[in-house]
Amino acid sequence: MAQTFLDSTELVLNMGPQHPSTHGVLRVILKLDGEKVTGTECVVGYLHRGVEKIAENRTYAQFAPYVDRMDYVASVSNGLGYCLAVEKLLNVEAPPRAQVVRVILTELNRIASHLIWLGTHALDLGAITPLFYVMREREDILNIYEKYCGARLTTHAFRIGGLQYDLYDGFEEEVKRFCDIIGPRVDEYEELLTGNRIWIARLTNVGVLNAEDCKAYGVTGPLLRAAGVKWDLRKAQPYSGYQHYDFEIPTRANGDSYDRYIVRVQEMRQAVRIVRQALDRIEPGPIMAKVAKVIKPPVGEAYVSIEAPKGELGYFVVSDGSTQPYRVRVRPPSFINLQAVDRMARGSLIADVCAIIGTIDIVLGEVDR
Amino acid sequence: MADPQNAEAKPKPAAAPPAAPKAPASMAATPWEDELTRRLAEQYPDQITEFSTYLGQSFLVAKPAAVVSIVEFLKLEADFDYLADLTAVDYPKRSERFDLVYILYSFARNERIRIKTRIADGEKIESVVGVHLTANWLEREVYDMFGIEFANHPDLKRILMPDGWEGHPLRKDYGILQMDNRWVKENLGIESGQ
Repeated sequence: MAQTFLDSTELVLNMGPQHPSTHGVLRVILKLDGEKVTGTECVVGYLHRGVEKIAENRTYAQFAPYVDRMDYVASVSNGLGYCLAVEKLLNVEAPPRAQVVRVILTELNRIASHLIWLGTHALDLGAITPLFYVMREREDILNIYEKYCGARLTTHAFRIGGLQYDLYDGFEEEVKRFCDIIGPRVDEYEELLTGNRIWIARLTNVGVLNAEDCKAYGVTGPLLRAAGVKWDLRKAQPYSGYQHYDFEIPTRANGDSYDRYIVRVQEMRQAVRIVRQALDRIEPGPIMAKVAKVIKPPVGEAYVSIEAPKGELGYFVVSDGSTQPYRVRVRPPSFINLQAVDRMARGSLIADVCAIIGTIDIVLGEVDR
Repeated sequence: MADPQNAEAKPKPAAAPPAAPKAPASMAATPWEDELTRRLAEQYPDQITEFSTYLGQSFLVAKPAAVVSIVEFLKLEADFDYLADLTAVDYPKRSERFDLVYILYSFARNERIRIKTRIADGEKIESVVGVHLTANWLEREVYDMFGIEFANHPDLKRILMPDGWEGHPLRKDYGILQMDNRWVKENLGIESGQ
């Protein structure tokens, strides 16, 4: 029988770059067999601003605000990673008070980042309500940032060697109040979602990535922990005094999208636990280490990474002894985790692609830099 | 930018005394020696030229031809099963112009090491995608930003810059305001993006 167009089983469908569930400008080319995805290719770079090139043309201090523009929903973590990397090259350490404040602000940022993820991920899958709730709670965090340093989103909260600003009056009370309300609020989200039949059906066994795949693809963060690997840089290679805090690393076994949801929700609760302990640890003292006005690290290189909300965020900084970095390489968790989308989406249904992109928790500013 | 292509045309400074590096100081690294370096030195006696530690971070310098084999050895024999990052650094004055840096981590040992290798402009290096799948996008990014080609890479093409773009932005001779004016004109219909 002659072949007709009906015999063709393959369809190539373009998704994005302008698509609400790609969380920015991500283009995914899908190869489909009916409703089944047989292959994907991500096209990235629409937001490329050449951050690493800019770094080579700015002084160490001038470059610090730029890193906030990569993962802009977790800008405090970005700043912490960069400051720690330059401090490593300078061989200085932030004073204890600064470290405690850094931990508080970074953990609040982790909550804010996970809240945004939760809201948008639920929205992608048709649950509109959580988005309004999470925005309400995130507002409290942003208000604390605004009072602390004047900015809400791209905060530039830290300086190389410590902090520029000391805490404002009433900081502790406000953070404490936030810690008191966020727990019950997370319970509310869980009431909406955790046992929700639609939520479970849309996420269970969707986008599975086991521990072996995670390691092969370099996938870190909640995705790795949802696959059962108890690995968190805050425990494995503590920085900023995380070794003094008592907290757990939530893990799950299946490595599917539902497990990632549970892991992130648990991480929010653990972050509150850390913030509460940090509040008790605030002691009077200096907030800046002794750092020269003109930062000139000796010739050398260092790789420093932190546990950002999305995974391992690393900075590889090379100094040639001048006032400008010779090279700054950012190891972006979103970019590297996104690579695994093909593995996760192959064989799934086209409707699950939105869930899979959402569950990775990407920020295109960080993917493209 | 007057002539974005002039970089390639510039005559090399006749490799003036290569023995006297211009940099006033070099990295104050100290030797790195433990059970792992002994095994590696035994396995790759002529291929690894340096074992060092700087600021408590260990790295080794290897010849480009041996890198894939060393990465594989470390993965299979020493549990370095996670390639955290792969990147490059450009030193245009050096005859072997690029440093390629492989950052490896071992979950079992909770240890991080770096493998560095030097390659010249235009020289190809074997891809490590066969050992670590994550190297796929990382090598594409290095190719995109530095123009270093990886042999046997499954899909070596640009990743962050547009496909038809000319030039590799993270090379030191690529100006910060420089762009591919031909691409900008053809695709955006404007004279310049500046």
